[in-house]
Amino acid sequence: MKKDLVSGALDNRKESIYAEDIVKIKTQNLSLYYGEKEALKSITMDIYANKITALIGPSGCGKSTLLRCFNRMNDLVPSCSIKGLIEADGNNIYDPKIDVVAVRKKIGMVFQQPNPFPKSIYENIAYAPLMHDMVKKGKECDELVEKSLRGAGLWEEVKDQLQKPGTALSGGQQQRLCIARTIAVEPDIILMDEPTSALDPLSTKVIENLMLELKKHYTIIIVTHNMQQAARVSDKTAFMYLGELIEYNDTEEFFVNPKEKLTEAYITGKMG
Amino acid sequence: MKNDYFYIPQIEKRNAKAKRFHILVSSAIITTMAFLFFFLFTIIKEGIPAFKQSYIQVDIEITQELVENPYAINATLDKDIAKFISRSWTRSLPSQIEKNPDWIGKTVSLSALTNADVDQYLKGNNHKLSQDQQQKLDKMYEDGIIEFKFNKIFFTTGDSKIPENAGFFSAMVGSVLTMLVTMLIAVPIGLMTAIYLEEFAPDNKFTQFIEININNLAAIPSILFGLLGLAIFINFFGVPRSTPFVGGLTLALMSLPIIIVSAKAALKTVPESIRQAGIGLGLTKWQITRDHVFPLALPGMLTGSIIALAQALGETAPLIIVGMIAFVPDASTSIFNAATVMPAQIYTWSGMPEGMYIEKTSAAIMLLLGVLLSLNAIAIYLRKKFQPKW
Amino acid sequence: MTAQSIFLLFLGGLVPLMFIAYIIGKNKALKMIQCGHKTHSQATQYGWFSALYTGLPVILVMVAGVLASLFGVDAIPKPMLIVVALVVGVVALLVIQKSITKDTKARDNIESLIKGVLLFATFISVLTTFGILFSIVFEAFHFFQRESFWHFITGTQWDPDTAFLEGASRDASMAAAAKFGAVPIFAGTFYITFIAMLVAVPLGVLGAIFMSEYASSKIRNTIKPLLEILAGIPTVVYGFFAAITVAPILVNLFAKFGLSASYESALGAGIVMGIMIVPIIASLSDDVISSVPQKTKNGALALGMTKAETIKFVTLPSAMPGIIASVLLGVSRALGETMIVVMAASLRPNLTWNPLEDMTTVTVKIVEALTGDQEFNSSLTLSAFALGLILFVVTLVINIISVQTIRSFHKKYKISTL
Repeated sequence: MKKDLVSGALDNRKESIYAEDIVKIKTQNLSLYYGEKEALKSITMDIYANKITALIGPSGCGKSTLLRCFNRMNDLVPSCSIKGLIEADGNNIYDPKIDVVAVRKKIGMVFQQPNPFPKSIYENIAYAPLMHDMVKKGKECDELVEKSLRGAGLWEEVKDQLQKPGTALSGGQQQRLCIARTIAVEPDIILMDEPTSALDPLSTKVIENLMLELKKHYTIIIVTHNMQQAARVSDKTAFMYLGELIEYNDTEEFFVNPKEKLTEAYITGKMG
Repeated sequence: MKNDYFYIPQIEKRNAKAKRFHILVSSAIITTMAFLFFFLFTIIKEGIPAFKQSYIQVDIEITQELVENPYAINATLDKDIAKFISRSWTRSLPSQIEKNPDWIGKTVSLSALTNADVDQYLKGNNHKLSQDQQQKLDKMYEDGIIEFKFNKIFFTTGDSKIPENAGFFSAMVGSVLTMLVTMLIAVPIGLMTAIYLEEFAPDNKFTQFIEININNLAAIPSILFGLLGLAIFINFFGVPRSTPFVGGLTLALMSLPIIIVSAKAALKTVPESIRQAGIGLGLTKWQITRDHVFPLALPGMLTGSIIALAQALGETAPLIIVGMIAFVPDASTSIFNAATVMPAQIYTWSGMPEGMYIEKTSAAIMLLLGVLLSLNAIAIYLRKKFQPKW
Repeated sequence: MTAQSIFLLFLGGLVPLMFIAYIIGKNKALKMIQCGHKTHSQATQYGWFSALYTGLPVILVMVAGVLASLFGVDAIPKPMLIVVALVVGVVALLVIQKSITKDTKARDNIESLIKGVLLFATFISVLTTFGILFSIVFEAFHFFQRESFWHFITGTQWDPDTAFLEGASRDASMAAAAKFGAVPIFAGTFYITFIAMLVAVPLGVLGAIFMSEYASSKIRNTIKPLLEILAGIPTVVYGFFAAITVAPILVNLFAKFGLSASYESALGAGIVMGIMIVPIIASLSDDVISSVPQKTKNGALALGMTKAETIKFVTLPSAMPGIIASVLLGVSRALGETMIVVMAASLRPNLTWNPLEDMTTVTVKIVEALTGDQEFNSSLTLSAFALGLILFVVTLVINIISVQTIRSFHKKYKISTL
């Protein structure tokens, strides 16, 4: 076993693999086109429940595109078309009978840049659950807001200023607010698109710990350009290159014993 | 099939609401567009008939007496037909005879302008003709004694109290003269101001004050420029009222801020690297501006100037205040003679009670809109064609 | 002697003089260069320098002469003025030729002259603002010396007929005093503006939402030029349309419900004015809504909100300051709009809530007061300036507020780093 570059990070991981692996998302021969250009090439991979799966690769490799397929954010791009199958818990998410709104409620997303709504902290969290008719206005809603903020580790910091605009928080707090509002709609899966790339190291640490906490209840997929982060938090790691899935394995195995030359070149820094 | 995994209560209701919102915003645009088309349709429908004019075929025995008293033809003609002929045509008879001296002593078949009532009746509009006259006209129209010709009068004469003799020509000339004054004053001063502010002015409080001033000036109601023109140019400097000179000056002040703002925007698009390259070659500020920045910004500056001038061309309110609604039958030949402009002519005609003025107003509007649209099209073409690509 | 021939004569003297100055200056520099001197600037620059500084005094003398005669300094004969100016030019030419040496900074001098000319142009542009302000304030001040300011802004009767008698130099001592209570005029202005905004705000803002959020780029590229056409239609044309087409339609429509509407109703003028303002609000709001970053909207979409919910909860609140500013600009346009109301509203000051009645506005009264054959100093004429002053102040304040709001809005979304 060659434990060199990322071994320290791997050792620091708190939780290891769960006893049973349940497939949460099943992706089969997924290809995505922007007009004529093929951005994802026949991707087949299973994502496991209550695990953190990291997607890594050089920029432009399609990792964010793949992530956006899982909650159909690519629908917003007019020239985008998709072939292949994605199932969440056995339900085809591209089934025309299924409403895209329902897909996104079930599969939440946190973005690269914190993007709180131009509203109060309270409204940032309460709006979506109210819209989805999950809670009634008043006490029920207050409880949900508190629960979500606690879940995102933000409650203690903001409990006295719930009416302050969400945009007034610091960057790290804003990102946790975004996580809080995502878990407030009780999703099954959370997608994270480079959630810490706009944050300072301390905030990053807080968010990473939060992710390890969250995976007890949710399935998490994270896109990151930071290999150390993938090694620190993820259970499974997938390496993508030019729209193809090159290698997908348990994180430890992936970093310590890569099977593909390309993967090896990437994680040892010979290719960026 | 109800899907339990992807289930949200009331999703149909929310989607229906979203759909209603989509319909709502679409209908706002559709309403606006419908208005535009209704508007253009009405103007064109009203205006098209003005481009033709009915003429009546009459045989007239030309005598020397007619040169002195052209109205004598009324006695020689059929009583009804004499009533159908326009007074303005009869009045112009002597000058026609002078041009064709060999007519005298002969009976000539002439195409006479009909009066407004006849023309309007044949076009199906309001008129004041009796039942008898109407029948007679119908018959003459069938026989080809009365026929429609292209309305040359509209493009060759000025305003007239006789509706069928009223034309748009002197207003067009007035507009051209006024625009010349506006252009010669506003464009150079505007471009020079923009160049100063953008290239030479130090970035201090005073410059900012000037820029804020100019921005605010661009949004001041146009009628206030009329008050300025009246109080300062006419009352203080004694510039003659109703002339293209004072009108052009007033419009120039109105166009200035628009030209400055757009020219500044054009100068801003020239990349800083070009100026730095000039400095690196040891050129002076003016040399850089003249030889490198100005040529690159010129298309944008021209576009802005054309749009500002088009706006000035359609402006009426300040010109009314400086008296450019004078009754002007003959085209002005100098910027110091009384004149009227196209929009002002539209304004005066629109207040006339006779039906024929309505179609002439609409036709005038068609011409004005045509000119404005072509100016804007030229501006857009210039912008597209010469748009620098960095 | 006409102004044109004077101008030609002037140019006929000035241009050759400057040309000669150019040749002499350039030759002198060339000679110095031939003699092996290292001159400060290039030869042509010496030519330009000598030409420009010969022409400058000529023009200055000429302008001073014209200004002097305008301000009533007794007529200096024009030909004499030209001769004097040209003589000054010749003297300047001689002085400059003497003073040109290899160290003369011809290039720098040209540069500062050009900068001076540009600064002068800027000065004229700025003068316009103050020209408007002073001309209006000055005449309005005259008006308020005669009539009470308090009565002007609180009186409900506008009845300047006796002022008209006075203006026509008739003895007005027998007639009742003129009344300049402008409240009904302001009320009419605001009421018609209000009706216009009832039309323009929903159509403009909703249209902007359609264009920025729903329209494909193809539809957008079709609608935008059409809106520009709508914005480019002269207001006199809108006025004609309001008076000839819209007014009869409204009268007939309300007659069906047994209501009698005036042909000069506030409603007709207001509706057409509203349509005129739609493109202003639509295009400004479209810019603002389009500049709300996609990442903010994505946040809402990713929570499973519909497009409409996202627009209402995220996009519109973000864009709201800009939308309000564009509506304010529309209001200021409506308040100052003249031709539509001159042609489609009435001359009668009328204090009422009924939109089917006729009303008048500030701009109508200004036009009415200034188009008669009045003496400039009559109270009626001056009342136009008093009304103009109020209009100027109100629109200026609204413009400043809205321009500042739009500016800070753009700053927020362009410089924002997070």
